[in-house]
Amino acid sequence: MSKIALKAGGRFKSAVCDAQVMVIKAPAGEYSLACGGADMIAPTAAAAGTLDSALSDGTLIGKRYVNADESLELLCTKGGKGTLTFDGTPLEVKQAKQLPSSD
Amino acid sequence: MNISTILDMAAEAFGDRTAVIAGDSRLTYAELRQKAHAAARVLRDSDAKYLALLDVNSPAAPIAVFAAAYAGIPYVPINYRLTRDEINELVERVAPALLIANEETRARLDARADVQVMSREAFLALPVDDSAEPPQPDEDPRAVAVQLFTSGTTGKPKAAILRHENLMSYIVGTVEFACAEEDDAVLVSVPPYHVAGISAVLSSTYACRRMVQIENFDAASWIESAEREQVSNAFVVPTMLSRIVEHLGESGSASRLPKLRSLAYGGGKMPQTTIVSAMRLFPAVDFTNAYGLTETSSTIAVLGPDDHRAAASSEDADVQRRLISVGRATGAVEIEIRDDDGRAVPPNTAGLVYVRGGQVSGEYLQQGSLLDGEGWFSTRDRGWLDVEGYLFLDGRADDVIVRGGENISPGEIEDVLLGHPAVADAAVVAVPDEQWGEGVGAAVVLKPDARASAQELQELVKTRLRSSRVPQTIVFRDALPYNETGKVLRRVIRQEFGKP
Repeated sequence: MSKIALKAGGRFKSAVCDAQVMVIKAPAGEYSLACGGADMIAPTAAAAGTLDSALSDGTLIGKRYVNADESLELLCTKGGKGTLTFDGTPLEVKQAKQLPSSD
Repeated sequence: MNISTILDMAAEAFGDRTAVIAGDSRLTYAELRQKAHAAARVLRDSDAKYLALLDVNSPAAPIAVFAAAYAGIPYVPINYRLTRDEINELVERVAPALLIANEETRARLDARADVQVMSREAFLALPVDDSAEPPQPDEDPRAVAVQLFTSGTTGKPKAAILRHENLMSYIVGTVEFACAEEDDAVLVSVPPYHVAGISAVLSSTYACRRMVQIENFDAASWIESAEREQVSNAFVVPTMLSRIVEHLGESGSASRLPKLRSLAYGGGKMPQTTIVSAMRLFPAVDFTNAYGLTETSSTIAVLGPDDHRAAASSEDADVQRRLISVGRATGAVEIEIRDDDGRAVPPNTAGLVYVRGGQVSGEYLQQGSLLDGEGWFSTRDRGWLDVEGYLFLDGRADDVIVRGGENISPGEIEDVLLGHPAVADAAVVAVPDEQWGEGVGAAVVLKPDARASAQELQELVKTRLRSSRVPQTIVFRDALPYNETGKVLRRVIRQEFGKP
């Protein structure tokens, strides 16, 4: 697993499924970001590899994914079969917002 | 990071859902994206540095918001109610541009070699090419997505800029993706050049909600559209709500709108009588008061449906009065009150309202960023927070009357005047005064067939407040001047009192 710096606004896609994410916030430093067991890649890079069946719980469009202390937050912009992991630990779905519609 | 992602996600998840309805025309989210792609290709092949819109609400507005984003240039909707000269000055400031106009607005444009004018019909009919590669948007989060000319009280309009990161922060921070039910529909009656017109498009798209547009607001057509399209949600400015309430009160009942579930309002001060009547007229509807500014990408504080009901049914005066608050900061921003020296003040103390968060741009094209070193933006609104963080607004800092060194807020005097049974509307402004520098002037509108003398109203203010608050001049008018989004034009009233 290679480590990379993540910054808000950055976009990645899964190398092994259809999933795509956008970084909403990220801690400083370098980390490995993977989906379905393979490093996530630039949106325009060519996909390669196979999905790890142990990491195939799926990633859902529109859901926000966070690590335990919520220092990392990703928005899934396209769903896929792989599970998102951050330094090897699966990310959790962030609780939906309960805001009244104001627009 | 680019707001076109919002449309990509909606088209990906619910491409077959209706995105926008205007009269007899409708577009699905997949079609909205195709049309935005088609327009983006035209922009990419042109020299345009801006995509401008000089038009009322139509499907061209949401297409243009996203087309500009795909093409990597700012979208700039222009106020079509301005004078011919004002419009042409703004157009000059965005040239070279592609400008979408309708027949009426086109006639008011001076011809320019560097502005390509396209009719709304031609823009909507741009050829769609499914086989072509979709345009790849620029991903720079700092790129400008939208530029809005604010109606400055002095000098030329300022160009407020909202970057992709501001608008994405607002949407992701305040809307849950695809939260709309299949048959939900939101009625959009605010003009496209208002920040609420921008946030309506972005929020509705991210919620995957059907957007029903009306060209220009009037109560009858609003109600007719809401009924015909089974509208579930709407955003209105206070003057719109009071006209809707009046109209329904005269023409029958609210049972014409059985699907209406949520009414949000904002954009100006809501008279308590209007919101109380509206809550009685629509007992099953959720009311939400939204407070925001152009420079904050729209809403920063919300008084939600539960707050409304709690305030209306409470015996506790502190809870009751929250009905005239603008609620609490949304989870996406922080709000703080500071005194004139910039120090944070405790609850229940009035000062200037400051806001901080990713959606806060606080930035103008010429003037640059107005954020302080820690990212706080001064809204120039005066207000205070109660112990539970409910924000009460007290007018614009610029409207404060300084009478002999004493700061007087027009709002408290207006509230007293409005409490008189004969008074329908009132605005208090600074008037020139030789002795005090500034004095208090009031423009008052009486209810039909009602009577009140200036002396009687002065006496009322003196009893309720104190003598320094008593308007030294009161003029009676048939109506007060408002802009189309419900803000009273104090500048115009001040001029009537003889002050430049």
